[in-house]
Amino acid sequence: MRQRLRTTLLLAPATVWLLAMLVLPLVVVVVFSFGARAPAGGYSPAFTLENFANLGTRWAAFENTLMLAPAGTALCLLIAYPLAYYLAIKADPKLRTLLLILVIVPFWTSILIRSYAWIYLLGGQGIPKLFATLGLGSPRLINTPFAVLAGIVYGYLPLMVFPIFVSLERLDKRLLEASADLGSPPWRSFLQVTLPLSMPGVATGCMLVFILLMGEFLIPAMLGGGKVFFVGNALVDLFLQSRNWPFGAAVAVALVVVMLVTVTLYMRLTRRWAGARDEVSLM
Amino acid sequence: MTDRKDYISREKFMAELWRYKKGSVTRRHFLGVTGLGAATAVLGSAMPGLRSSAWAQGGIGDRVVLATWPNYHDPANFEAFTAATGAAVDMNVFGSNEEMLAKLQAGGSGWDVFVPTNYAVTTYVDEGLIEPLDVTRIPNYDAATFEQRFAGAGTVDGTVYGVPKNWGTTGFAVNTAQLGGLAKPTTWKEFWDITMAEFSGRTMVHDYQLTTIGNALKYYGYSFNSVDPNELADAEKLLIEAKPHLFAINSDYQPSMRSGDAWMTVCWSGDGKQMNRDMPEIEYILGKEGGELWSDFYAIPKGAPHMDAAYALINFLLDPAVNAKESLFHGYPVADSRVNALLPPEVLNDPILYPAAELLDALEFGAAVTLTDPNRAELMARFKSA
Repeated sequence: MRQRLRTTLLLAPATVWLLAMLVLPLVVVVVFSFGARAPAGGYSPAFTLENFANLGTRWAAFENTLMLAPAGTALCLLIAYPLAYYLAIKADPKLRTLLLILVIVPFWTSILIRSYAWIYLLGGQGIPKLFATLGLGSPRLINTPFAVLAGIVYGYLPLMVFPIFVSLERLDKRLLEASADLGSPPWRSFLQVTLPLSMPGVATGCMLVFILLMGEFLIPAMLGGGKVFFVGNALVDLFLQSRNWPFGAAVAVALVVVMLVTVTLYMRLTRRWAGARDEVSLM
Repeated sequence: MTDRKDYISREKFMAELWRYKKGSVTRRHFLGVTGLGAATAVLGSAMPGLRSSAWAQGGIGDRVVLATWPNYHDPANFEAFTAATGAAVDMNVFGSNEEMLAKLQAGGSGWDVFVPTNYAVTTYVDEGLIEPLDVTRIPNYDAATFEQRFAGAGTVDGTVYGVPKNWGTTGFAVNTAQLGGLAKPTTWKEFWDITMAEFSGRTMVHDYQLTTIGNALKYYGYSFNSVDPNELADAEKLLIEAKPHLFAINSDYQPSMRSGDAWMTVCWSGDGKQMNRDMPEIEYILGKEGGELWSDFYAIPKGAPHMDAAYALINFLLDPAVNAKESLFHGYPVADSRVNALLPPEVLNDPILYPAAELLDALEFGAAVTLTDPNRAELMARFKSA
């Protein structure tokens, strides 16, 4: 009895927090999504499916998000894995802490300021000018999907590096020795031992980056010049410019549904993959 | 040399510290001789939390929150206000009237003073979001010295809700060095045509429904303020067609114009002046078909937390000497004859800031309906997400 009381008391803050900060707002969003826009903007009570019927007008935003979020996640992974591998396995242990700090250092400055720096780097007086000086032409970089992708990879890379680093660092080196003793060349040891054992880190990193990217709005707004549009940007516009809260709520609900579906599919896949090698479990 | 000690050596400091710890000298002596007392007093006065109580007793509080537009105030004037009253100015900057309205509608903005544009005032009144002004508390506001054309929109049904800040026009700026053999554009039709041809990838439009849709409507010769569904459909067609040719949709266009990334942009007159001053090849043009004439107001939102400070700040900024400094800083004209009397003639004769009468006559003030019309709002949002 006392134990139950203690459990209840310990869980109470989290429960209250989740109810007030997650469940209640979600209920409000769902209720609003069936409402109508008040004459001067905002919400007025109604019951209509019109907001959901209009979702098609934001298809381009969903398309952009569903293309660039996975692409950004994949690019982050491609760059982060070798980096994490180097940090965890190859780097001099004495240097490791310093190198890890260097990975985090950019986080000490606001992403807003760093994005502004990218505007100048990718703008006509930045990298394109350097290219032109080298006689390589002057490519348009700023306000393109490429610029957004570069900003995304730059901003989210540490979130991918750390989970992979942790899973590689915990790797039992004796397994690699055993693999070598049994005649595996290094590349096969990597594919059959190191890579599978680091999959939990990869799965966590991808999930972290992907979920955050699906809601991203700052990087596309700053490096996409209002031309590379994410669902997050559509939401900002609907709430802060056109003040169509019900339609904004409907877009938000649609985004939550899309996220739920993709994340569930992703977890099923990784779990099945992990199940095939039962020594690996999802973090 | 005076006998006042401005510094203390390390050895002396440690000796004094020991004397203080042993109880040989008083705390007052220690703080005085080491200079720590003075340092504490200075640091203390720089901490707003510590200072507020002193000012609150007879003053207006220690801060005032202002919601306004970018590049629109001389920071030196705010410093002078703080020095005179003790209230620090906390400034928030916005990109459109829609955004300001959205913040006030959501509630809890915490603003004391905000700067709505002429066409937005009636909506704030209808929504009960704006405080009627007690003009007796703004002695520097003299209705007789303000030009009615720019001051009128602040008064709704005989009640003053806003006192005039600045006025200006919305035209476009073009980097004439990039025109090549092209004739300088003089109309909105040419603005959009060049955007979709020679200047492809080089034009910017505001992230703002009023001016971006308004000037697309001008392409067809429609009213800048139209809410006619057929006319809006034409404007949308043009905008969607032009979108792939745009450099960006952003109200902060000066950096891109100055760096040479963008060659042409929808532009407010003060920004046009600021760019033209530094780079004469960037010229400001009013489309022949017309466009926007606007006037901004100082107003107080309902429930402003620092009402006394709000009145004090508005009154301070309307002091003709202060207002003239503001105007010289940001370039936008003031509709107050007392301020004009203080400005140099070359400013008053500037064709960018004070366009010729026949050009002004073609312009329209924004209409209140554009702010609340759901079709215009949704058109802009669709254009951006296309």
